[in-house]
Amino acid sequence: MAQLSVMEKLEILSDAAKYDASCASSSTTKRDSRDGKGLGSTTGAGICHSYAPDGRCISLLKILLTNFCSFDCVFCINRSSSNVRRARFSVEEVVALTLNFYRRNYIEGLFLSSGIIRSADYTMAELVRVAETLRRQHGFRGYIHLKLIPGASRDLIERAGLFADRVSINVELPSEAALARFAPEKQAGEIKSAMGGLKLKIEAAREEREKSAKAPAFSPAGQSTQMIVGADGASDSAILKRSAWLYGSFGLKRVYYSAFSPIPDASRQLPLQPPPLMREHRLYQADWLTRFYGFETEEILGTGEMLDLDIDPKLAWALRERGRFPVDVNRADRETLLRVPGLGTRSVDRILASRRFRRLRLEDIGRLTRSVATIRHFILAEGWRPGHGLDARNLRARLKPQPRQLTLFP
Amino acid sequence: MIAARLNGPADFAGWRREARRLALARVQPENVAWLTGEDDAGLFATDSTAPAEGEGPALTVSRRFIDLAENVVCHRDAGRFVLLHRLLLRLQDEPRLLDNAADFDIARAEAMARSVRRDLHKMTAFVRFRAVSGADENGPFIAWFEPEHFILERAAIFFTGRFAGMIWSIMTPQGSLHWDGATLQLGPAASKADAPDTDAMEAYWLTYYANIFNPARLKPKAMKSEMPVKYWRNLPEAELIVPLIASAARRAEDMVMRAPTQPPERHVRQLRHRPEASADDPAITSWQDAAAAAQRCRRCELHCHATQTVFGEGPLDAPILFVGEQPGDQEDLAGRPFVGPAGQVFDRAMKEAGLDRARAYVTNAVKHFKFQLRGKRRIHEKPNVGEIKACRFWLDLELQFVKPRLVVALGASALRSLTGHAGALASARDRELALEDGTPLVATVHPSFLLRLPDEEARAREYARFVADLARVQQRTFRH
Repeated sequence: MAQLSVMEKLEILSDAAKYDASCASSSTTKRDSRDGKGLGSTTGAGICHSYAPDGRCISLLKILLTNFCSFDCVFCINRSSSNVRRARFSVEEVVALTLNFYRRNYIEGLFLSSGIIRSADYTMAELVRVAETLRRQHGFRGYIHLKLIPGASRDLIERAGLFADRVSINVELPSEAALARFAPEKQAGEIKSAMGGLKLKIEAAREEREKSAKAPAFSPAGQSTQMIVGADGASDSAILKRSAWLYGSFGLKRVYYSAFSPIPDASRQLPLQPPPLMREHRLYQADWLTRFYGFETEEILGTGEMLDLDIDPKLAWALRERGRFPVDVNRADRETLLRVPGLGTRSVDRILASRRFRRLRLEDIGRLTRSVATIRHFILAEGWRPGHGLDARNLRARLKPQPRQLTLFP
Repeated sequence: MIAARLNGPADFAGWRREARRLALARVQPENVAWLTGEDDAGLFATDSTAPAEGEGPALTVSRRFIDLAENVVCHRDAGRFVLLHRLLLRLQDEPRLLDNAADFDIARAEAMARSVRRDLHKMTAFVRFRAVSGADENGPFIAWFEPEHFILERAAIFFTGRFAGMIWSIMTPQGSLHWDGATLQLGPAASKADAPDTDAMEAYWLTYYANIFNPARLKPKAMKSEMPVKYWRNLPEAELIVPLIASAARRAEDMVMRAPTQPPERHVRQLRHRPEASADDPAITSWQDAAAAAQRCRRCELHCHATQTVFGEGPLDAPILFVGEQPGDQEDLAGRPFVGPAGQVFDRAMKEAGLDRARAYVTNAVKHFKFQLRGKRRIHEKPNVGEIKACRFWLDLELQFVKPRLVVALGASALRSLTGHAGALASARDRELALEDGTPLVATVHPSFLLRLPDEEARAREYARFVADLARVQQRTFRH
């Protein structure tokens, strides 16, 4: 086999990495290089340096160290039975690419993952070596996200956490039965056990750092995971319950949902159809409602197994719970306002602050929010009541967004 | 018209000075012409003398207003100075005006500040450095950027913090920033031709951009809302957008239509080397076998939600075997028994009773954590009889491999598992008990019971009693 150039490797190993949805570079420790000793800085919210036409943010250089893999996970572009082109970066090549991209302000840092070669520990050690070289040899202070290899030793995982801002390990599928079927070499037990150990380490390091700023950070931006949506038969209910369990058990920063998408040289065992992008979007909305809006998973699901694809889950909930509306924007408490369709956390804060000055009218709400088109049906304001609209049978149809083209082959 | 002169379009210090002077002189905002230095001064030549500073109460504004004004001043809207001046005056009578987001002036100022902050953020994202010819890895680099608002100086702090060790310039139509590795210089307005027209790394960056894109998920609207078209002309990767969108449907269709292939030789070889997975559980002939097999236990439903099986641990020749109820939150995460808060109470009490935890075998009646999820908290739930019975299988193996001289049941669930005794713990606590095979058994409370006692006094009393129980265990085990 002819030697591949760095350009060819980059082509292959970024193509192989794009199915991991996360590109976040947020919520790590604040750093800069004003002392003149290193390169880079971090910001609280992270920066998206570009966007691809798939609408996804490009914040990090997201690549695999290698796409050679001994595992044969059916849904994965890099599974061992696939005939995709294979490549392997050297540690030095990844380090040089990261630094060169970073100095030109293309990226916030590196998100490095890998196919599993030789053994879990060998692969994990290579990933750690990249992070360690960046940090120790080049004083790199940008963001590093390392993917953990299931089954890697505790010792290596702990080293990864010392150099990385975030570590993650993917549960891949919502049920362990599906994982056993589609990813026979992956052990659900190893994945869960690694997540449990990480939670303890992250918490312990955080406590130490509260006592002393000099204590070493351990994956300060926490841990995250990803579930593939639409590859197995799991319902939205199963997915969201699994998420609630993941957040509750392991204190995850994020659960990412990745609509299963056709891949080159795909296996026939999986549905080769356009990725369920709207479903993925609804799952993110539902996830958001549980994390920031005080909703319980069961409330969002109602009696169904699947979320409504036509309208967002908060609106769907409000239409089921019409008896709770209209809500008086001049009197309702924060929790109640957060449940009004169309009101976000920022709008609610602004309503709470401004209503101390005067009774708010619908026009005021218009200035405090993006649009009152939906909101007005669910609120009372000075001089405004929704009339009979709330009881109308056709309210759902009226509030439903116009259908958009979402087909794969328009 | 009264002229107020500023030293540039986003001169916040100048605006502050002038606004203060005008306010004290009680000049109405609509009567002021703000000159930023670029304007034709002749236009207002007749009115250029500002009134002398008047007498009046001191002006007070909050830090919050300063923060808002600092952003608004950078906005390209020519009315920004008048708006801020009016807000300054209104704030003297309405000190809490800033909270009133529904107020027209506040809403407008906040929208302007938001737009400025967004532009600042986009500048930190979209500036692209190019190495000048002959540069080494630290530069010199030059970037050409066109901000929407007057944010150049405000943006400098981001670049000096991030690229302190490099030599770089950022050129814009408003002016330029020059960093030599130690100090920042402001320079005059520049043009695109002042920056290099390419960089050797851009071919790599474009390769990355093209390949990280998934053609099966086309969402150009989402892309445009975060990366507005106005920025595209200075983004090298933007030239790929149109061709990538144009070919996306065909590429996605290709992936779906292509016939499946035969697995490569490497994969087939690998399959041959894989050890056959045995259908049945291997026979358990040692403690190690038992511990490994327990990791895959499905004897009850608890494995679905727990992180892992928490098997017992300790020396296999331990004289005493302690049985708790079930792992708690921390034990579940760590995969080890008695490491959480109850484990710490246990350790302390053991020491006080003259027992060595390192010499004891510690396990639980049930090996999986049972809990109820409430929001983000896992609330411990008692195992039921079925779960205790199902797990007795593992406890029996542990007893069989460790063969302790004495067994201690910590709490009612442990006692239930070991003896089937369903009553209260109290009735068994002071009695001399034994397992079916005659191994002496002592029953006492679970250390978590001590943690749950609400008042201090009861806790101290019960803790002392627990230590006394352990001391008795010590005597019974080691009396000969």
